[in-house]
Amino acid sequence: MERNAIAIVGASETTELGKVPTMSQVQLHADAALNAIEDAGLKLSDIDGVATGGHNAVEIAHYLGIVPNWLDGTSVGGCSFMLLVRHACAAIDGGLCNTVLITHGESGRSGLGRHGSSIFPSLFQQQFERPYGVTRPPTMFTIPVLRYMKDYGLSEETLAMVSVVQREWAGKNPKASFKDPITVDEVLNSKMICYPFRLLMCCLVTDGGGALILTKADLARDLRQKPVYIRGTGESAETPMISQMADFTSSAAFRVSGKNAFESAGISHSDVDHLMIYDAFAHLPIYGLEDLGFVGRGEAGPFIAEGCTRPGAKLPLNTNGGGLSYMHSGMYGMYALQEGVRQMRGTAPAQVNGAEISVVHGVGGMFSASGTIVMTNVA
Amino acid sequence: MANGERELPRPTPETQHFWDGTRKGELRFQCCEDCKNTYFPPRHFCPSCGSKNVNVVKASGKATLHSYIISHLPAPGFQTPYAIAIAKLEEGPTMMCNILGCEQTPEALIIDMPLSVTFERINDEITLPQFKPMGTN
Repeated sequence: MERNAIAIVGASETTELGKVPTMSQVQLHADAALNAIEDAGLKLSDIDGVATGGHNAVEIAHYLGIVPNWLDGTSVGGCSFMLLVRHACAAIDGGLCNTVLITHGESGRSGLGRHGSSIFPSLFQQQFERPYGVTRPPTMFTIPVLRYMKDYGLSEETLAMVSVVQREWAGKNPKASFKDPITVDEVLNSKMICYPFRLLMCCLVTDGGGALILTKADLARDLRQKPVYIRGTGESAETPMISQMADFTSSAAFRVSGKNAFESAGISHSDVDHLMIYDAFAHLPIYGLEDLGFVGRGEAGPFIAEGCTRPGAKLPLNTNGGGLSYMHSGMYGMYALQEGVRQMRGTAPAQVNGAEISVVHGVGGMFSASGTIVMTNVA
Repeated sequence: MANGERELPRPTPETQHFWDGTRKGELRFQCCEDCKNTYFPPRHFCPSCGSKNVNVVKASGKATLHSYIISHLPAPGFQTPYAIAIAKLEEGPTMMCNILGCEQTPEALIIDMPLSVTFERINDEITLPQFKPMGTN
């Protein structure tokens, strides 16, 4: 597909984030959708494609009163929205529809009108993992890390620095759930969840949502917002079971998705001005930096700990504060994409001056799936 | 301690041989006759080359502790803290397990320590493969 042929023309989060006891999950989708349509200067009747993950796409379309020409309900965990952006670009480019609305809403904290798990438990997982006491994501996603720590000498202190540096970014974001600075000692002395992971190495659990609107780039120029072009995309999947990850120190899904995104965008790592790596837990940015190829194997922990991703440094990473400090309803991918759009529009609370290329990388399930989007504000 | 029973597997036609094996005190995986790939979990074909020319093989039961966490979160049928571990079988495949007969502490659970298979009978139908430090009862 031609680079920059499709653009994000509307983007918004829900009116409120954090604890939203006044809205059920479907209303969080709709609230974000209506905000994004307003942001774009469009009308509901302009939308002819509807996509969502973690919720029945039919219910979203019906709730919004849309009878779409195109529908996508790909639901592979928190990176579903990266995949949906990719699929929407292909659909618009292929003439299946003109203007796509991608919604996310999740009553992750209040649990109002939830759809149940967005990750369909495979039979394999029920047979070969559930009997050993795995329950929520902290009991699964964290399992590979001791292997990584042994192989590459990553210390608990260095792992804790991921949370510390992201809190620095969150401190610049008025909408972040947690803004006060934290230290390595505070991270390591926070409540033990799943050794070696303490509470401050785990993401938040919040209510919220977000929505994106995509259309052809040549139509985008006449709309209200500065277009954010989709320059490249990638997606992949490895395994529904953390125990069957081929290499506990590297995600095959990350590597394939990232490579496809960089190659389709025609960029190298030095072109990247801004980076988002889905951080459900503190080790995710470490795996992401290495599997996307920004640093060599085993180098990402020290790279972060030495300050290379903090405010003012050469590779601004997770500039909204991330799932660790900003917001994490359960499927965080949408919020990472929203921050990529803000950075490309020049409207982020912690704006990276002059940023022209943003890479937004997501994970779904427990290293199960992945999606990567390269955005740019240069046509 | 969390209330309730732990979740148990429901065997399928593709996995029945595995659960029949554990009930008899055998850990079984599969081996492809064409590409010699050894694999787990069970299926009727080799996920590496697609061949249906596959055999069920008895594992040696020797493994190493590939990785783990120690969970402090409540789970049905478990007393916290408890380790959720990955055993790397001598033959290559990895599988999830608990580590029995061992303190559930970072000091006792050393990455790469040798493990041997043991079998935890749950009921008449289901016996779970588990692992314990090599040389312990």
